Amino acid sequence: MKIVAICGAGVGTSGILKVNAERVLNRLGIDAEVTASDIASIATSAAQAQVILTSPELVDKIGKTFADIVVIENYFDLEELERKLDKALG
Amino acid sequence: MTLPPLPDSAIALSQDASNWREAIRLAGAALVESGVAEPGYTDRMIEVVEEFGAYIVIAPGLALAHARPGADVRREGLAVVTLATPVAFGHPHNDPVSVILGLAVTTPESHVTSVAALANVFNDASAIPAVAAATTPDAVRAVLGATGEAAA
Repeated sequence: MKIVAICGAGVGTSGILKVNAERVLNRLGIDAEVTASDIASIATSAAQAQVILTSPELVDKIGKTFADIVVIENYFDLEELERKLDKALG
Repeated sequence: MTLPPLPDSAIALSQDASNWREAIRLAGAALVESGVAEPGYTDRMIEVVEEFGAYIVIAPGLALAHARPGADVRREGLAVVTLATPVAFGHPHNDPVSVILGLAVTTPESHVTSVAALANVFNDASAIPAVAAATTPDAVRAVLGATGEAAA
């Protein structure tokens, strides 16, 4: 299972999403690799990913993908992350 | 997991900004003031939002202003700005913004430690209102668990 957290610059916000996604996956008992990446390199970084985590502002910029796109509004709300990841992966 | 030091020069409280650009400029000025970045980094933080939109507003009321590592970053650092009157960044859910964190990192890898520490702080839903309401740099450092001076 591969999950990629996408942000504009590839540092900062995607890192927060990655850290919190790992916490939630751990809580859910799901074994997955989470990486942080930027929009520019999404074609390569998301090629093997089952799930893309991102912000509502960036969804339109992601383009074609076979991965499930999970939109997170509040990056610090672990319950939102858990609910949406559980739905996408369950 | 610790945050970069947060000296008084990196904290600007109850500031006035009439739009998101001014708000990011305040965070950039604090990074320059505290010796973390050159003024060019401020422009690059604004360009990130111009290019990708307001995704840096990652939680209600909080923007994480940042750009890629570059020659205009002297060292990894953090700045905290609060606004007297919140401003809209154009985010569909998390506007208006009253707390702007300015983050500068030197390598793509180095940011992971800082952001993990930020997540530890702000996963507590009371942290953003507490920073927004802080009236002294000490109060901000207390919420973030940050020190005022570099350990080295």
